Amino acid sequence: MTDDLTRAPRPAGKAVGVPTPRDLAPLIAVRGLTKRFGTFYALDDVSLEVAGGGLVALLGPSGSGKTTLLRILAGLERPDQGSALLDGLDLVSQSARQRNVGLVFQHYALFRHLDVYENIAFALRVRKRPAAEVDARVRELLALIQLESLGRRLPSQLSGGQRQRVALARALAARPRVLLLDEPFGALDAQVRAELRGWLRRLHDEIHLTTVFVTHDQDEAFEVADRIVVMNRGKIEQTGAPADVFEHPDNDFVMRFLGHVNVLDAEFAGSHAKIGDITVAIGEHSGESRGRIYVRPHEVDIARAPGAGAFAARVVRVTPLSGGLKVELSVPSIGSRMRADLDWERGTALALRDGDDVFLSLRRARVFAHDRQGAGS
Amino acid sequence: MIDTPAIAATHEPAWIRRIVIAIGVAFVGLFVIVPLVAVFGEAFRGGLAAYGHAIADPAALSAIQLTFLAAGIAMPLNVVFGVAAAWAIARFRFPGRSILITLIDLPLAVSPVIAGMVFVLLFGQQGLIGPWLSAHGVKVIFALPGIVLATTFVTFPFVARELVPLLEAQGAEEEEAAIVLGASGWQTFVRVTLPKIKWGLLYGVVLCTARAMGEFGAVSVVSGHIRGRTNTLPLHVEILYNEYEYQAAFAVASLLVVLALASLVARRVIARRVEAT
Repeated sequence: MTDDLTRAPRPAGKAVGVPTPRDLAPLIAVRGLTKRFGTFYALDDVSLEVAGGGLVALLGPSGSGKTTLLRILAGLERPDQGSALLDGLDLVSQSARQRNVGLVFQHYALFRHLDVYENIAFALRVRKRPAAEVDARVRELLALIQLESLGRRLPSQLSGGQRQRVALARALAARPRVLLLDEPFGALDAQVRAELRGWLRRLHDEIHLTTVFVTHDQDEAFEVADRIVVMNRGKIEQTGAPADVFEHPDNDFVMRFLGHVNVLDAEFAGSHAKIGDITVAIGEHSGESRGRIYVRPHEVDIARAPGAGAFAARVVRVTPLSGGLKVELSVPSIGSRMRADLDWERGTALALRDGDDVFLSLRRARVFAHDRQGAGS
Repeated sequence: MIDTPAIAATHEPAWIRRIVIAIGVAFVGLFVIVPLVAVFGEAFRGGLAAYGHAIADPAALSAIQLTFLAAGIAMPLNVVFGVAAAWAIARFRFPGRSILITLIDLPLAVSPVIAGMVFVLLFGQQGLIGPWLSAHGVKVIFALPGIVLATTFVTFPFVARELVPLLEAQGAEEEEAAIVLGASGWQTFVRVTLPKIKWGLLYGVVLCTARAMGEFGAVSVVSGHIRGRTNTLPLHVEILYNEYEYQAAFAVASLLVVLALASLVARRVIARRVEAT
């Protein structure tokens, strides 16, 4: 994650979206939503609630159904079954204008023949609003996205980050009740991404617009959203606050998807797991006698001296990471490689070099009851 | 596809390049330049006065009028049909879509004479619906409606063929954006789709109009060659030629050549704008 937000543009002005307090903002309720494309289930009986004023990330790999869910909310797809309600009213049966949802497309879909000003004005022009009102609103939004001087540019004359902001301003122009963003930062380079993430978060904090965005990048979801919905194969795997989902994954998919994880074969005995020739405590576990345990790289500790329950390992490669070191190790006793992330102090104290012999201990190991990729495979 | 021969050609020995270029230039010269010069040479052989006389002849003026009228009716019909068909093909997947794509090209594949005969078969006095129409006082064959029908038939592929690849390449995202932003179907078409396809549409219109004005075979079958009434420019040229009035025939023909050259220039200009979109 990055904390390079100081250079990001600050949302200027106030009350640009719908200036409703957080508790009055609309609430999205999705019930039993199913969408098939041929025999492929893009969404399979998905139910979800988004609190008014919330900022929710739909997080999942490609093909997990997150974009389909977003497109149904935007009215671009019809569900085969189920309903999507906004403040208790069915979204699907409403016309686009009644629905009044703001959508930012992955590749922005700016009108290439219209300049920035007319792109932002579009939603107001098709509503036949008075010219003075259109002009005031467009200027307000141009100020918000800090592109006041570029109103007459065509989209093709803008940078990726500028296009992204124009797409956002265009979506906000008609004061939508809900803002939807499809991979909003996907097409940008890392620096611009980091800036815009922080900007979007602050924008949301100012206008309290109920916002749903789709991403496959867990860092992005963690940084921007206050709630995460992890999706996989058309179903919701887990919903919760970013820290909750990261600390307490419900299953092995969520565990694997939210960052790197060391997966080790183990034999279970009571509240302990035996991995190779060492034993670690795993808490309560009832079920198969064989399976897998999951250990995050930052939950692996490295020591120079052997200790109880420590693996002998050899350093393969040390890479600097933001805020620490990434250490790749080979572990002969289990016949596989592991990764450990150390903070700077620990890393500096150990002064690891490639080829060093060290000892690993696991601060925490997780086991999942319904391990789809573990036991039995 | 375009790059490959160009790259290969630069690696050929000079003498091969020269021969290939010479063949190209000689072919164009023999089949395009020489006939063009011959047309204008013959047209002005009797001097400017004879040229003016041939053009100002009432039968010639009537043919000019009819040609523009038929093209002027066929063109808007083809714009409406072409945009609708291109839209359906590019945006929707429906049963019969591939049949529609194939059938759009039919007028390019079938001989225009056969197209004309089909209309005679349908609307002629011994045709399927001709007697019923003539009982109600509608004359199609040997009259303007027949000429317009035949012209529309032979020219309807041009607009659709130009727009289908354009619409497919541009995708539907901007239209989707417009709809989510609250635009109606018509607003989306006028404000988003039309500006994107206007140069392609114009290119199709130029092709369609040029072909409409030059069409001979299909129109010849349905027109009846009634001088001063159902003769278009190409038919008038043929009649003059058959009556051994060569100078007049070439004078009128030169008008068609000018129209063709104008449409070529228009195509060049518009094609650049199409590529830019």
